Amino acid sequence: MTAALMVRDVSLSFLGVRALTSLSFSVAQGEICALIGPNGAGKSSLLNVINGVYRADSGDILIDDQLFSHPTPARAAKIGIGRTFQNNALFRRMSVIDNVLTGLTRQGKAGFLELAFRLGRYSTEQRIERAQAEDILAFLDISAHRDAIVGQLPYGLQKRVELARALVALPKLLLLDEPMAGMNKNEKAELSQFISDVNRQLGTTIVLIEHDIGVVMGLSHHVVVLDYGRKVGDGTPEEVRRNPDVIAAYLGTRH
Amino acid sequence: MLFLVNIIVAGLLAGLMYALVAIGFVLIYKASGVFNFAQGAMVLLSALTFVTLNEHGLPFWLCFIITVGVLIVASVLIEFLVLRPLVNRSPDTLFMATLGLSFVIEGLAQLVLGTDVHQLDLGIPDVPLKLYGLQVSDFDLFTAAVSILLVAVLALLFGKTRVGISLRAVADNTLAAQSIGIRLPHIWRIVWSVAGVVALIAGLLWGNRQGVQFSLSLVVLKAMPVLIIGGFSSIPGAIVGGLIVGATENLADIYIGPLVHGAVSDWFAYILATAFLLIRPNGLFGEKPIQRV
Repeated sequence: MTAALMVRDVSLSFLGVRALTSLSFSVAQGEICALIGPNGAGKSSLLNVINGVYRADSGDILIDDQLFSHPTPARAAKIGIGRTFQNNALFRRMSVIDNVLTGLTRQGKAGFLELAFRLGRYSTEQRIERAQAEDILAFLDISAHRDAIVGQLPYGLQKRVELARALVALPKLLLLDEPMAGMNKNEKAELSQFISDVNRQLGTTIVLIEHDIGVVMGLSHHVVVLDYGRKVGDGTPEEVRRNPDVIAAYLGTRH
Repeated sequence: MLFLVNIIVAGLLAGLMYALVAIGFVLIYKASGVFNFAQGAMVLLSALTFVTLNEHGLPFWLCFIITVGVLIVASVLIEFLVLRPLVNRSPDTLFMATLGLSFVIEGLAQLVLGTDVHQLDLGIPDVPLKLYGLQVSDFDLFTAAVSILLVAVLALLFGKTRVGISLRAVADNTLAAQSIGIRLPHIWRIVWSVAGVVALIAGLLWGNRQGVQFSLSLVVLKAMPVLIIGGFSSIPGAIVGGLIVGATENLADIYIGPLVHGAVSDWFAYILATAFLLIRPNGLFGEKPIQRV
C-alpha cells in the first residue's frame, strides 16, 4: 500500500533554533492522522514544510511515493494538497462563494485572455467551477451563507468556509492546522463530524493538528506525537495513550 | 442657461481625460494596496514609445501592438526586480519603491527615446462643433467613447473570472493568497500590464492634446485629486471623481476666476480634494470594502 504522505528525515531550523530534527513518519492512504504535542513542538512548522511555505534544511517529503521536489504553496495546491491555517487565512472582505472559488484558481486550463473575453474554454470551466463550489458548500452545510461577507460570519462558520476552500479542489491530502481552536464543545463535535464525513465520503487523507485530546482520540486513526521537534510517539490512539514517553512529554508525568 | 450647460459639459469631457489616468492607479491599488507613483512615468514611456515608432513610419496599429509589447516586458521586469523582492512589505515601502521606479522609467525612456517634444496626431479633429447648441469636438466624443469602452473591458477582465477573484484575493490578504497557492507574480504581471495599456491609452489622448514630452508624466498630479474624491479602490469612483474635478474646475474658472484675477483651474481641484480629505477621507466610493469593477 502506498503512503499518501511520507516525511523522511526532515530537519528545519530558524537561525540556529531547531524546529524539527530528523523527523520521519508516514501516513497511509485514507487515514486521519493527528499531530499532537506541546506548543512549540514544531507541528505547524511541519505542515508548512509539507505544503512548501517553509523549505526544509534536509530530508524529503513524498506524496503518493513521489518525491515532492522544490515545494511551494502553488505547486502543493497543484499536486493535490489542501490546507487550512491556525489563524484563519480567509479573504475577509469577500463573499463565502468567492472565497471558496479562490481554492480552484490552480485548477483551470483556460488562459487569461480566454477568461477575459469569455472565449474558448471559459464557459465550460466557469460552469464546472461554480458547480464544484456549490457542491462543497452544500456538503459542509453552508449554502445558506453563500453570499455573506466572510468577515461578518461567526468564527465557527468561518472555519467551515476555510475548510470548504481547502476542499473544493478535491485534494488527495488535506492539512488542517488546529481546525477547532477557540470552538465550544458543540462546534467541535459538529466540525469533527464534518472532518470524518470528508474522510469517509471523499476518501481524503487528512493530517490535522489538534490540542483537544478527546477530539483526537475519537477522530483519528493514527497519532504522531512531537516534542521539541522530535517524534516521541507514533501509532494508534490506544498505543500512543499507553506510551510512557508520550505521557511524560505531553500528558504530564505522574508525581 | 445654455452657457452654464456648455461649461459643465466641457468640464465633464475634460474630466474623462483625468479619469483615464486615474483608472491606471486604481488597478494597481486594488491589486496590491499600493499607490503606484510610477503610473505617470508609464504614461510618458508608452506615449514616447508609440510616437517614436510612429515617426519612423510604422502604421498606427503596429505601433500600438509593439508599445503594448514593450509595456508587458516592462511589467515582467518590474515584477521581477521590484515587487518580488519586496513581497509582503508594508504598502509604504512599496510606495517608496514606485517613487524610485518612476525616476528610473522617466530617465531610461528619455535616455533611449530622447527629450524632444513630439507632435502626436491621432487624426481626430479637435475643433469645437455645435451639437444641439452644445460646443463639443470630435476628439471629446472620441475620448468619452474610449473611456466607456475601457471601463466595460476592465469590468469584463476583472469581474467574476478566475483572474478577477484571484486579484481580489491578493488585494484582500496577500499572505493568505500566497499560502493557498495563488501565483502572485502571475497576478502582478497581469495587473501591471493592463495598467500599462491603460497608461498607453491615456498617454495617446493626452499626447494628442498637449504633445508628447516630459510634462506628460506630470498628469499624475491631476490624477491625485480625482483619486481622493472618487476613492482609490474604485474604477467607477475614478470616473465620477474625474467628472467632478473636470466640471467644478471649469465652473470655478468662469465664476471664481474673475474675482481672484487668475486661472483657478490650476489649483481648484486640490482645494476640493483637501475638503474631501477633511469630510470624507475615503472618497465617494472608497468606503465600500470591495468594488466590483
